[in-house]
Amino acid sequence: MEILVAAILTIITAATPLLFAALGELVTEKSGVLNLGVEGMMVMGAIVGFAAVHFSGSATVAIFASMVAGASMAAIFGVLVLVFHASQVPTGLALTIFGIGLSALVGQGMIGVAYDGIPQLHIPVISDIPVIGEIFFSQDGLVYLSIFMVFAVMWFMNKTRAGLILRAVGDSHDAAHAMGYSVLKIRFLAVIFGGAMAGVGGAYLSLAYSPLWVEQMTAGRGWIALALVVFASWKVRRVLMGAYLFGGISILQLHAQALGIAVPSQVMSMLPYLATILVLVIISRDRSKIKLNAPASLGKPFHASR
Amino acid sequence: MAQPSEYLLELTGMRKAFPGVLATDNVDLKIRPGEVHALLGENGAGKSTLVKMIYGILKPDAGEIKFNGKAVNIKAPAHARELGIAMVFQHFSLFDSLTVVENISLGMDHASSMRELAEQITEVSQRYGLPLDPDRHVYTLSVGERQRIEIIRCLLQEPKLLIMDEPTSVLTPQEVEKLFVTLRRLGEEGLAILYISHKLDEIKALCHDATILRLGKKVATVSVDKESTGSLAAMMMGEEMQAFQHPEKPILGDIRLKAKNLNMVAKDPLGISLKDINLLVHSGEVVGIAGVAGNGQDELLTALNGEHLTESGSIIIEGEQVGHLGPNKRRLMGMASVPEKRLGHGAMPDMNLIDNAFLTSYERLDFINHGFIDYGKTEQYANKVIKDFSVKTPNAEVPAASLSGGNLQKFIMGREFDQNPNILIVSQPTWGVDAGAAQTIREAIRKMASKGAAVLVISQDLDELMEISDRMGAICGGVLSSFYPIEEITVEKMGLLMAGVSLDDSVTDDVRDNANNDITNKSNQNAT
Repeated sequence: MEILVAAILTIITAATPLLFAALGELVTEKSGVLNLGVEGMMVMGAIVGFAAVHFSGSATVAIFASMVAGASMAAIFGVLVLVFHASQVPTGLALTIFGIGLSALVGQGMIGVAYDGIPQLHIPVISDIPVIGEIFFSQDGLVYLSIFMVFAVMWFMNKTRAGLILRAVGDSHDAAHAMGYSVLKIRFLAVIFGGAMAGVGGAYLSLAYSPLWVEQMTAGRGWIALALVVFASWKVRRVLMGAYLFGGISILQLHAQALGIAVPSQVMSMLPYLATILVLVIISRDRSKIKLNAPASLGKPFHASR
Repeated sequence: MAQPSEYLLELTGMRKAFPGVLATDNVDLKIRPGEVHALLGENGAGKSTLVKMIYGILKPDAGEIKFNGKAVNIKAPAHARELGIAMVFQHFSLFDSLTVVENISLGMDHASSMRELAEQITEVSQRYGLPLDPDRHVYTLSVGERQRIEIIRCLLQEPKLLIMDEPTSVLTPQEVEKLFVTLRRLGEEGLAILYISHKLDEIKALCHDATILRLGKKVATVSVDKESTGSLAAMMMGEEMQAFQHPEKPILGDIRLKAKNLNMVAKDPLGISLKDINLLVHSGEVVGIAGVAGNGQDELLTALNGEHLTESGSIIIEGEQVGHLGPNKRRLMGMASVPEKRLGHGAMPDMNLIDNAFLTSYERLDFINHGFIDYGKTEQYANKVIKDFSVKTPNAEVPAASLSGGNLQKFIMGREFDQNPNILIVSQPTWGVDAGAAQTIREAIRKMASKGAAVLVISQDLDELMEISDRMGAICGGVLSSFYPIEEITVEKMGLLMAGVSLDDSVTDDVRDNANNDITNKSNQNAT
């Protein structure tokens, strides 16, 4: 039982950063923009969040700082892609490379600095209930925020007019423009939201998952988040499922080692990435599924003149 | 309030210039409440520019717009809607992945809740005979149903003026008839309709007055009753229309192209599967296939030209089974094809005309020399095509995308025609092409047949098919109808064929009434 609880707790911490980043990217992609810079935005969120907590001592300040960092990175991308019509794929790749480099520069003085990790919820009595209390009532605030965001995004997408407009812009930007909606403004906001979410996802790594700064500590999670959006076929509920599934796979290595299973740790470390490739291959086999769910204007530049 | 005016909308001296083109120049237009007013002109006459200014999409360079007797400066579509101007576009502004009610909600400036809106849609659709289910996803709907969404969206805003931009170009004749019933009824209720078209018989059937534009200038405003189709055409074209002489009955040669029980399951979820297609094309004849867009035309073309492979015996060229052979092998056997989509299917947008000429002709015309491209020969060929089909281009080294639609179409046609194919398959030969170029293309198609080629033309333009075909049939939901000699064909018969009704059975009035429902159901089944 103890092993199970420990496993679930690590799955949650492994899943949360993926969930944040994938939710943000889902909203961005639903508006028709493909931002491949998630990794870069996450890693910037991680270092800025870590630096903020180091200097201010406040986790709340750190979380907001990481959002701003992610959103600023996204804003660069947004301006390049939406205003100057740069091609989305290379711009996104460049953003990732830029983010990794810039975070290393900013984080030079942070290597080896210690931090206790953001505080966990503790409700007397309830949090002390064995198993249930440990799993549901003893998490840090970001875990609850990530779950809250799942429902918030779901509600926004399906129940609000703004969400409807966002989906419409992603489906056919020409039609949306003809109706008088500001395609670029809506897309820019979606890109910024995606950046802020990626930033928090990154901050979760440096504030809670392993509270310290290491260069490139996101270690490809941004790419997994991107794959998750496709895996979830752009549906919010499936992003939640997918994030926890991938979280589960990525902590397998820890528990396999703990249980003394003789598989080289390198192979275990590969698992989440192998799983990503495998899932994408399987999903891509059924092109009809992608075609029916993917935002029809995804990755296509919009020129208002036409 | 301003003094009441006889006219709902008055335009004076409307002018709009684009770089290099004066799109409209000094155009006047007046519409009374309840009037169905035609705006008539060829492609490029300035019709769209004019209505875009009325609807606030384009800003006029000069001119005055009076609405309800009051001068207005319409800044944006939302402003136009506020005034009471609604517009149904030629290309629908619809979102495929959203439902009908969500689509309509997006077009409303003051949206009520989805449930209320769905009730309103049902009510309006019943009142005006426009059946539509609010909860269906748009991608499952036929073109006619999609248009209904646009019309209902406009009607929900209770407009005073409804602008319709070529609304019938995508409908079957029966759907057109139904639309006209609705429009007449709306006119009787006091709604003014500005009806843009270049189809003269429709204007005769529907409109009261007509304003004719040519090359951006107003030619005249006339009362439709007092004009004949011929006189309207003369004003529109600026000269008496040259009627195409339908050729003598062709001398049929051997069967060149044959499809036998051709079945093809669509790989694209939104595509149409071909079902048991049987088809014969003889040397020397033009066979026409009509049909509403999205009923399997693309699939048929790609099955016949080898882009999609099928069972080997289902397609036969000159007696040889070729269903399993790819496009290049079929080209070597003398087949040429021109797809509907010019950029990205018929031609590579960013490649120049020489490269584009090379791509489909290198095997047949032997442009490869020891594994290298023979640029000299290819360039010669590209220039020959440009000359033969009078393609307007500075030279052969410009990218295909820089040519206008009509010129690119002439080039693509010419590239295939100049290879002297034995079998020619053409889809939508004159779509979006101006009248002059269309005439050239149609004449070239006839000439290919008279030289002995077997020609198959797939088109949504019924008039065009009736002009150039020797035999005609229609495709509906991936099923091909029987073919009839052109003498036996009428527009009404074609309408039934396009709706998937077989003419061989005794056609009762019941069937006729159901024809429209049939076609929508068919395309729905295939879309889902």
